[in-house]
Amino acid sequence: MGRTLFCGAVIDREQVNHVARLARLRLTDEQAEQMAAELSKVLDHIEKMGELDLADVAPTSHVVELENVLREDEARPSWPRDRMLAEAPDADAEGFRVPSPGS
Amino acid sequence: MTSELLSLTAAQAAERTRAGDLDPRELWDLYRERAGADDLGAYLWLPDDAPEMDASGPLGGVPLAVKDLFCVEDVPSTSGSRILEGYRPPYTATSVRKLVDAGAPMLGKTNMDEFAMGSSNENSGYGPVKNPWDESRVPGGSSGGSAAAVAAGLAPWAIGTDTGGSIRQPAALCGIVGLKPTYGAVSRYGMIAFASSLDQCGPLTRDVTDAALLFGQMTGRDPCDSTSLDYPADPRLPSAERLDGLRFGVPKELLDTEGIEPGVRAVFDTTVKRIEELGATVEEIALPHSGHGLAAYYVLAPAEASANLARYDGVRFGIRAEAPDLLSMYEETRAQGFGDEVKRRIMLGTYALSSGYYDAYYGQAQKVRTKIADDFRAAFERVDLIVTPTSPTTAFPLGARTGDPLAMYLSDVLAVPMSLAGIPAISIPGGLADGLPVGVQLAGPAFSEFEICDAAYALERAIGFGDLPWK
Repeated sequence: MGRTLFCGAVIDREQVNHVARLARLRLTDEQAEQMAAELSKVLDHIEKMGELDLADVAPTSHVVELENVLREDEARPSWPRDRMLAEAPDADAEGFRVPSPGS
Repeated sequence: MTSELLSLTAAQAAERTRAGDLDPRELWDLYRERAGADDLGAYLWLPDDAPEMDASGPLGGVPLAVKDLFCVEDVPSTSGSRILEGYRPPYTATSVRKLVDAGAPMLGKTNMDEFAMGSSNENSGYGPVKNPWDESRVPGGSSGGSAAAVAAGLAPWAIGTDTGGSIRQPAALCGIVGLKPTYGAVSRYGMIAFASSLDQCGPLTRDVTDAALLFGQMTGRDPCDSTSLDYPADPRLPSAERLDGLRFGVPKELLDTEGIEPGVRAVFDTTVKRIEELGATVEEIALPHSGHGLAAYYVLAPAEASANLARYDGVRFGIRAEAPDLLSMYEETRAQGFGDEVKRRIMLGTYALSSGYYDAYYGQAQKVRTKIADDFRAAFERVDLIVTPTSPTTAFPLGARTGDPLAMYLSDVLAVPMSLAGIPAISIPGGLADGLPVGVQLAGPAFSEFEICDAAYALERAIGFGDLPWK
């Protein structure tokens, strides 16, 4: 545990393009270049966390005492379909319309 | 008459309307007219028609400005993003519904940093907000529209949201009061999600009494938000005049933060003297891991955001960019709809969660979060409340930090640790530095909001900060 885990934290343009694909964002070359520089600076700050030895510390899952919140499994009316479809950029009477997934 | 009405706090106005001495319609008309003449960019939407006015509820018919992050049925709700342009939610956020039911009709929707990501309101998809104290400066963010509206007398009171300082920092920069509640105290249902383990909504008001009055009507468990809790105390208004017997802690690590302006430091030091004069003790305390709070926050909040914002894909709501196939449609819609800062956070979060980096970033940040919460728990064994400046600086000039994301993030360095620990904190105006307001932050253990308000009220009276830009 420690700094070694953070080796290579500074992100290059190739990694930026990979992450952008994962996040379904299209970046221009210029944006990718700028993103690499900005993220590297932020990651450099974040990297300081690696100085802490926290091997035996439990990660936070929730900040207040609360777990396994359950409710009765009762049928309830759902939102009216036409009201939901009304917000869509493209819909017919029954569902959302999207372009073909392509080849 | 107008200026006399305008000078009333929301609680004072509610007292008059409830007693039948003031027609709430008169208040509505005054504030609706002022909001309509807003030249700060504080509002994104205003209603054409006045609502039914009812002064019988605890909030007396006093109109409320609502951050655009809250869903309100059939009212444009964009969270400051172009990607949600035209979206009119089919339902209303629980917190807004509760406040409307308690007698605070919605005056309008306020501007904000896109998806609450920002500390200056310059990341709004609909233009920046100007600080009413100096229109060449930022109002803070992300609840900048709500803060500017209250400070400029364009709303009697407002609600905003705070993920890592987004209520407290703009309240500080605009010279008003902002309260971030305990995580779980107020339902998040209908808040457009940014970072779900941190987001909380709360009041932005002219004074501490208004904050306590509004907060008292927001709390409670909501079946629609499984992280919400029954609030363990009854609502009350603050009345303390002294701080006798209270122990205040000043966290050394946070006060040693680089970049705290001398003017901010001077107001803070004066405030600490006032706390002692009011009968409390002040001692230095340690929050050993708080210096890593900002780093942990900028892993956790973007990680959660990257998942929460995956839903904006041009299919179910908001805008869609035309493209020949589905994948290009997703990418184009998101490229066009999101602003630069939102893209930056999505990238940061996606990177931190991606294969090979998860343990080093997200895992480590969740452990830092545990240590920060432990630090606060240990501190509250020794002291009742913790006091810090709210923000290292006063309001900075528009454009001053837009080219440097890290410098912008550092605006929240004193507010983020409390968010990570889920504890409540208030910012109250402590005084002026070079003519600009300086905020002082009081934080307490979970569910100590009314105790915090009591102490803040006594301090507020001692400080006597009555300034607002229009006065």
